[in-house]
Amino acid sequence: MLELQVTNSPFNQEQVELLNRLLPTLTDAQRIWLSGYIAAAAVTGSAVLGTPPIAAAVNAPAASPASTAPAAPKEVTVLYGSQTGNCGSLAKKVTKRLQDQGFEVKVSSMSDFKPNGLKKVENLLILVSTHGEGDPPDNAISFYEFLHSKRAPQLEGMPFSVLALGDTSYEFFCQTGKDFDKRLEELGGKRLVPRVDCDVDFDEPAAEWINSVASALAELTGAGAAAQAVPVTADTLLESTESEYSRTNPFQAEVLENINLNGRGSDRETRHLEISLEGSNLEYEPGDSLGIYPENHPRLVDELIEAMGWSGEESVPVNKNGDETTLREALLHHYEITVLTKPLLEKTAALISNGALNELLASGHDELRAYIEERDLLDLVQDYSLKGIPVREFVAILRKIPARLYSIASSLKASPDEVHVTVRTVRYENRGRERYGVCSVQLAERSESGSALPVYIQHNPNFKLPQNPDTPIIMIGPGTGVAPFRAFLSEREETGAEGKSWLFYGDQHFATDFLYQIEWQRWLKDGVLSRMDVAFSRDSDQKVYVQHRMLEKSRELYQWLQEGAVVYVCGDEKRMAHDVHSTLMTILQQEGGLSPEEAAEYMIRMQQEKRYQRDVY
Amino acid sequence: MSENNLMSPNSAPHSDVEDIKRRSNYLRGSLVETLKDPITGSIPEDDNRLMKHHGSYMQDDRDLRNERQKQKLEPAYQFMLRVRASGGVVTPQQWLMMDRISQKYGNGTIRLTTRQSFQLHGVLKWNLKNTIREVNESLLSTLAACGDVNRNVMCNPNPYESEIHSEVYDWATKLSAHLDPRSRAYYEIWLDEEKVVDSHDHDVEQEPIYGPVYLPRKFKIGMAIPPSNDVDVFSQDLGLIAIVEDGRLAGFNVSVGGGMGMTHGDPATYPQVGQVIGFCTPEQVIDLAEKTVTIQRDYGDRSVRKHARFKYTIDDRGIDWFIQELTARLGWELEPARPFHFESNGDRYGWVKGSNGKWHLTLFIQNGRIKDEEGYELMTGLREIAKVHTGDFRLTPNQNLVIGSVSSQKKKKITELVQQYGLTDGIHYSALRRNSMACVALPTCGLAMAESERYLPTLLGKIEPMLEEAGLREEEIVIRMTGCPNGCARPALAEIAFIGKAPGKYNMYLGGGFAGERLNKLYKENIGEAEILDSLKPIIFHYAKERRDGEHFGDFTIRAGYVKEVRSGQFFHA
Repeated sequence: MLELQVTNSPFNQEQVELLNRLLPTLTDAQRIWLSGYIAAAAVTGSAVLGTPPIAAAVNAPAASPASTAPAAPKEVTVLYGSQTGNCGSLAKKVTKRLQDQGFEVKVSSMSDFKPNGLKKVENLLILVSTHGEGDPPDNAISFYEFLHSKRAPQLEGMPFSVLALGDTSYEFFCQTGKDFDKRLEELGGKRLVPRVDCDVDFDEPAAEWINSVASALAELTGAGAAAQAVPVTADTLLESTESEYSRTNPFQAEVLENINLNGRGSDRETRHLEISLEGSNLEYEPGDSLGIYPENHPRLVDELIEAMGWSGEESVPVNKNGDETTLREALLHHYEITVLTKPLLEKTAALISNGALNELLASGHDELRAYIEERDLLDLVQDYSLKGIPVREFVAILRKIPARLYSIASSLKASPDEVHVTVRTVRYENRGRERYGVCSVQLAERSESGSALPVYIQHNPNFKLPQNPDTPIIMIGPGTGVAPFRAFLSEREETGAEGKSWLFYGDQHFATDFLYQIEWQRWLKDGVLSRMDVAFSRDSDQKVYVQHRMLEKSRELYQWLQEGAVVYVCGDEKRMAHDVHSTLMTILQQEGGLSPEEAAEYMIRMQQEKRYQRDVY
Repeated sequence: MSENNLMSPNSAPHSDVEDIKRRSNYLRGSLVETLKDPITGSIPEDDNRLMKHHGSYMQDDRDLRNERQKQKLEPAYQFMLRVRASGGVVTPQQWLMMDRISQKYGNGTIRLTTRQSFQLHGVLKWNLKNTIREVNESLLSTLAACGDVNRNVMCNPNPYESEIHSEVYDWATKLSAHLDPRSRAYYEIWLDEEKVVDSHDHDVEQEPIYGPVYLPRKFKIGMAIPPSNDVDVFSQDLGLIAIVEDGRLAGFNVSVGGGMGMTHGDPATYPQVGQVIGFCTPEQVIDLAEKTVTIQRDYGDRSVRKHARFKYTIDDRGIDWFIQELTARLGWELEPARPFHFESNGDRYGWVKGSNGKWHLTLFIQNGRIKDEEGYELMTGLREIAKVHTGDFRLTPNQNLVIGSVSSQKKKKITELVQQYGLTDGIHYSALRRNSMACVALPTCGLAMAESERYLPTLLGKIEPMLEEAGLREEEIVIRMTGCPNGCARPALAEIAFIGKAPGKYNMYLGGGFAGERLNKLYKENIGEAEILDSLKPIIFHYAKERRDGEHFGDFTIRAGYVKEVRSGQFFHA
């Protein structure tokens, strides 16, 4: 039966959705009865369509949770989805807070949640980050798609709230959180507290959301006593159990080794850093990431201070606790100056009367976007002659400098008390000035061995070696995407895992860009790595990438999938991960005879079974 | 022939390389597979041994070795590809091909070698097949340019007596073709020829001269036309000295058992000069060469490679034994050697007119390296010449280049190009520099213990002021340097020689014969630049003051007692 849409029927969106949900469920007999009933009603001029019985019927039971007396402990379901694990950590916090208040809390990642249980959920909390161009993170995809499909149940009156994590420098800031928020409302949910959108510095707003959710739930259900529970603060938010060091209290780690992995003549520079964790009690597993708090480039800081006509010696606040430091120090270590965001521009415009800046803000979306994407704070200052803004006011509108996350390239078992990362240096020229990746250039130029870096461990439960050491693994990691696979193989070598392994690697040139070449060679020789295929895109006339090598080996690759291999993808999201995904789909169709739909389902199933894990950026 | 027969003269166990060759199925090994292995730019050592017979061997950029090790990268593996042409004669089209592939696949330079071959350096494994294919498409080859077979047959590129040169050159080509390996492995691996099935059954048809394990070691043949001994005929395993009588080629004096290589610290190894054992006619020369090769095949030492050259076979068994064995295999006897006279082993630079009316220009190429440098576009200049040239190019045994067979009409155009690009006949260089020669050594040669090609020009620049001061700028003195004792630049025959021992350290030798007829002798061991200069200076001034009329530097150092005369390699270390 044709699916009804607003465009192909006389109904509005709500009606269309209701009808689309109802009609496919009808038996032939029901359908015939209904058409007669409606036709008869129309002929008799009855007002039956004015108060839709269908909607009313759905509505009735949904009102019950709020009105039922608080006899048994109230249930709250917490679902999270994130690429890096931040939402997972926050979910644990909110869970603990609610449990303290006497709630029964069911917490799980969206990928582990069975969608058919949604109907039974009493209170729903969603914590979700946004990825890339407004996309849901990997472990949220299937739930996101389910919820946005016509299979999603009506959730009339269900209390919910959304905490969205994002980055204001991206165009689709917190888009996935916004989508969930909107969709839950569409499905009839009742907003417990308004959605909170967090920028990269999420600790404070997230803590506020947790507290208001807890209070609202307590008030709504009468369960527990909100007053007895210790409110969550930004400082307690992410405290680690194993180590005193965390994202909010990074460890000053000594750089032991800093090597450029690219041979002479390469267009690229990739740093291999070996960093000491000795004395930190920090622990990690292969697949986790290392957070590094960078410092801004001193030259850029000085240029900015000069452009603003300041001295750098001015005292400015660095947090809300009243701590102060010199402007130069603050700009070096505390504030972000390399990324522009729309809120920053708006706040700037509020500080100074500047016609041109107001014009830019009022301009079309694309124009503003284009401006923001290609420029940093110094550009803004120069382009709009911002000299004259009082220094403390100016500093107050800046974001805290966020940590950079790098996939860990080592195994603690193989390198005790050490963590290794693989970082490609980002340098390019724009508008007559050399631009630097904040952290990567610091690591390349100002992090010689002996220097210290503020670091923490960011656990990533979504990128983990299989529990079973015999499970075959397929690793796809071109460029620096190969880093976690060095960790995987180091770990498997140490633990003596027997499972087969297959690595796909690629970069520009064999001679200079084959990261960790002699280590793969040794692992191949020792059997720790069973197979390796490489694609060097600039060594021949045809640009070959990892996905081409996968296709060349499609039969064996499919065989591995059939044997239960786990597929890992790490690296560039926009092109590589996308191409690899469609290549896997192609292989499933080509070698397994699946239809495109079946292949897509196969991939979703793999994702749910944690047999398709991605760490892409 | 049976394998037992091969083994009979030497009962000691064979060296690894012998086993590799024997197992290789006529030089195939696992090359097809290992060339494809995408994880490494190298090939396994066994295949590298076989690869030499195909004209190439694996090297790495030693300048980068430590750096890359730290970077977790394998060494910068690359292949040296040697392209041979008998007598070093190529067409302008072939020159342009070499120029093109050196830019496309190599490091952008061409190296002319002391055996009149071309060397390309820096060819990556992935490019080997295309490179070799393009070489063959231009009718040159890399087959047997290295390895335990007969190497490129050298021939004096004599621009004077054109007819004699042409005739001797023809014999060089025929000799070369006759001694080529017959295995189809080369054509299968590089030129996609269909594989021969089960070739094990056809030993004799496969390699009628070499057999399945080829020679115990390389074998070298050179043909000299007196009075020039530019090919260093006494350094060859088999030297052939053209005897010209009444303006026609009467035949060749035969010299056997020369060779340069030795090992530091092993007095059982030594350079040797060949001994002239008789005379044969041109028509007999192929038979003579084949039988000589088979004697070395059957009697050469297959257990110790550094003792496997033909010179040791002869020295160990005696020259009389060899002549007897040769006569038995030939079924005829050599005639007594005929008189000949060598004047020098260097090149004569500049324009000369051959007896056929064609012009020849010998250019000075420092250490045989063809490349463009800031202010000296040698490679471009030669390319432009090749585009208009209708004669030939001849690589000299001293790593120089003859633009040969230039018609009177073309001479003007070529002279213009020579001037435009500042190409040189060496006239403004000291005579010492014009008579200098260095091997490749660092960074590509795996054997080098010290610099050579990159250092000799600098050292010459420091010796030249002494010569200037002593008034010897135009005195021809042969000076050679190698980075190791294997002898690619034939250092043991130079009047002054330096053989590398360690970075910046050389053994210094004096007393070689100016015409390449006598070995030199160790003068000082393991010395650096300062001591080299301090040692040389008094000898140079002594020579300037007390030399006799026409007395060469090497002869003088013996007469003045700096070193003893070496009459045979067996007394080289004495």
